[in-house]
Amino acid sequence: MNERELRGLIDKVKAGGMSRRTFVRRMAAVGLTAPLATQLLAFSGVAMAQPKSMYKPTKRGGGGLLKVLWWQGATLLNPHFAVGTKDQDGSRFFYEPLASWDADGNLKPVLAVSIPGREDGTLAPDGKSVTWKLKQGVTWHDGKPFTADDVVFTWEYAKNPATAATTNGTYKDVKVEKVDQYTVKVMFEKPTPFWADAFVSTRGMIIPKHLFADYSGDKSRDAPTNLKPIGTGPYKFKDFKPGDMVSGDINMNYHMDNRPYFDSFEMKGGGDAVSAARAVLQTGEFDFAWNMQVEDEILLRLEKGGKGRVSISPGGNIEHIQLNTTDPSVEVDGERSSLKTKHPTLSDPAVREALSMLVDKASVEKFIYGRTGNATANFVNNPEKFRSKTTKYEFNVDKAADLLEKAGWKKGSDGIREKGGKKLKFVFQTSINQPRQKTQAIVKQACQKAGIDIEVKAVTASVFFSSDVANPDTYTKFYCDLQMYTTTMTQPDPEVFMLQFRSDEAATKENKWQGRNITRWRNQEYDDIHKAATVEIDPVKRAAMLIKLNEMVVNDFVVIAVVARPAVQALSNKLVAQMSGWDNNTWDIQDWYKEA
Amino acid sequence: MSRQYLIRRLLIMIPSLLGISLILFSVLALAPGDPFGELASNPAIPPEVAAALRAKFGLDDPVWTRYLHWINAMFHGDWGFSFNSRMDVDTLIMQRLPTTLIVIGAAQFLAIVVALPVGVLAATKPYSVFDQVANTLAFMGFSLPTFFTGLLLILLFSVKLEWLPIVYRADLNATGAQWYWEQFKQMIMPVTVLGLFQGASLVRYVRSAVLDVIKLDYVTTARSKGIGERAVIMKHVVRTALIPVVTLVALQLPIVFGGAIVTEQIFRVPGIGSLLIASMLSNDTPVVMAVTFVISILVVLFNFIADILYGWLDPRIAYR
Repeated sequence: MNERELRGLIDKVKAGGMSRRTFVRRMAAVGLTAPLATQLLAFSGVAMAQPKSMYKPTKRGGGGLLKVLWWQGATLLNPHFAVGTKDQDGSRFFYEPLASWDADGNLKPVLAVSIPGREDGTLAPDGKSVTWKLKQGVTWHDGKPFTADDVVFTWEYAKNPATAATTNGTYKDVKVEKVDQYTVKVMFEKPTPFWADAFVSTRGMIIPKHLFADYSGDKSRDAPTNLKPIGTGPYKFKDFKPGDMVSGDINMNYHMDNRPYFDSFEMKGGGDAVSAARAVLQTGEFDFAWNMQVEDEILLRLEKGGKGRVSISPGGNIEHIQLNTTDPSVEVDGERSSLKTKHPTLSDPAVREALSMLVDKASVEKFIYGRTGNATANFVNNPEKFRSKTTKYEFNVDKAADLLEKAGWKKGSDGIREKGGKKLKFVFQTSINQPRQKTQAIVKQACQKAGIDIEVKAVTASVFFSSDVANPDTYTKFYCDLQMYTTTMTQPDPEVFMLQFRSDEAATKENKWQGRNITRWRNQEYDDIHKAATVEIDPVKRAAMLIKLNEMVVNDFVVIAVVARPAVQALSNKLVAQMSGWDNNTWDIQDWYKEA
Repeated sequence: MSRQYLIRRLLIMIPSLLGISLILFSVLALAPGDPFGELASNPAIPPEVAAALRAKFGLDDPVWTRYLHWINAMFHGDWGFSFNSRMDVDTLIMQRLPTTLIVIGAAQFLAIVVALPVGVLAATKPYSVFDQVANTLAFMGFSLPTFFTGLLLILLFSVKLEWLPIVYRADLNATGAQWYWEQFKQMIMPVTVLGLFQGASLVRYVRSAVLDVIKLDYVTTARSKGIGERAVIMKHVVRTALIPVVTLVALQLPIVFGGAIVTEQIFRVPGIGSLLIASMLSNDTPVVMAVTFVISILVVLFNFIADILYGWLDPRIAYR
């Protein structure tokens, strides 16, 4: 899809010839997330859809106790220190951003009056600033008014490197200015088509200036409010035991009418995913359980208990296999998989393409992940899909063998193909996790038939995913030929995500393997386009560039996508809650209610 | 028992605790993993954030400097703070301690209450039907792992019968009699699982201790005086036989503090055990260090107490 086609589509939406939903879905097929697609529309003058609220209760409170279960309990309640979703989800009961992303990628105002747009001039035509109008009359839990000062302070707090906020990346390159008591302006150094990052969603929760002002920077750890949150959210803080329990009571002064429904909530942590599923689906002791990393077979059986249901919402997680472009067997200057080497066999495009045909994704979905993993051809997503609609991934052992045969890889006496004395023998590593070991076995079997020898290796997750410089088994070192794990797109904008294929991001000894390019794939054209995309003024042009980048990665078989893994939660039958793959699990906690 | 002996024993505790802390610290420092690993693998978080945190929390210093810092702070009563929650470690432990003491304490109590009479009774009538049954059950009790019996109980009492909750909640929102009833209900399963597991091995211990004593000449003498079987058992046999049992129980008491990792995980009991395992998994060194060190102090201390108890219960044992 090029720029012209993209403009054509946008015009079609503008003229009413295509629904927003179809547009978003088409964009997803070429690798653009729903939030980015809706932003494109907003930029082109198509107003963001305001989804109707499904909220039914007509009065505040009266809903009793809401009991939710996170099998990894929240350990921090300052959203700017949050490490994983558990902390962000826990903080979201108390703190709120200016706006949140719904499941379709639309922005929904929370502390903002409305979503910035081109029509009323709140979104600058040059893409260099965005103006947010704040709700008036909102108070913090301690009764102090919420104003633009708090928003500006949140920026100052998070951008200060000494604070060591995990949200630092979102705030360090922007400037925020108070226009009046209830208006703030976010300014970007360069035109930024994806403007809804600061103060939005998981990384945008606003903290009160009057309580944190003395604890910015070096003293950030000492703030008493870190452990006793005071926000603007629907629930007021009651008690916190890290890893075990977060609890809160209804905020009677909440700024949205008739909300929240529950009088108090309890977020219990600990245990394991299976018993969490059981507590919601089978015994009905809890109303909600987070992240059901449980085999679908078990979930289906538990659902028969009739007390609850499983909710599946698409997000940016993809289980994929990476192919090493460097040689893991040779050590150069104290590191293996060095950029100075080239993989002896995987550097042959035919081998890579053959491997992609030897991953039986359909079986992986059918026998391992079920509803919790959908076979896909796309890493971010495949352009092929956009053109033809029939997903094009193929599992074909004969065709793969044929391809190898033609490329000169002949079977040796041991049944393993070789060319010029180099055998097709690969070490395939992943973390210890039952579905992953099963997937490894499926791949190994198919490869064996095609004359490729696979040695599987499984590394403990805490080692595999660590950044320990001394350990050779971490995924960033990639001291083997193939590896598999789930990568997460943490921001709806793919620019940062696509950094992982840029040459200057290659993980090496020099950068302590902190570079994001783990396959060490290097391509000058890709680098140039990515660099151009980061400064491109025209959002439509930029989107076309990002699509092109995705195309290059897919067509060169740098990685083989296996399954897209949606977010899976368990809900009791009576609980009404909308899940969004683009935001916190508790992104609309104020709207949760139970049907009578 | 001389005062000199006491002082000597107390002094020996200091180097052994120092040694233990040194070993613990180096093992933790050598173990793979990084408390901020999750930050590093998240593309949206700049690497400088993790680096700043490492520098701030002193993780970049050499191991021995970190150890000296830690031991120095410990002497001043500063336990450090958790990397995970940025909360002081002593607060974290104090939050978990009541639950641990109640649940694990009740389980130990149950174990003793069951094991003592059953063990004594089984020994007084060796190879009787009661003895056989008690023995078989004890064997089963300590061969079945707690995660198995725990799941079995959950399936039976929570899923099938729906009588008991499977999730333990430290803050029950109920008052008065209702609170006691709910607390009782949620404690039944974890306490039973743990109590019976520990009781099972204790039964065998009590039985063999009593059997050893019951054959001795002084017991026969007591019987021949005609004071009745009951008095013989209670006054003459049990008192002597219990000396090793008391020591065993005293040595087990540190476990009450340490919690039971597996059982706590199954029933989501927010005790020290689950704190320890969660901290280990996330490489939260200060918490792991504090919990393990406190457990070591208790073990050393209770060893000492057991030694003294021994001498007090059996005057034939003299310490010099």
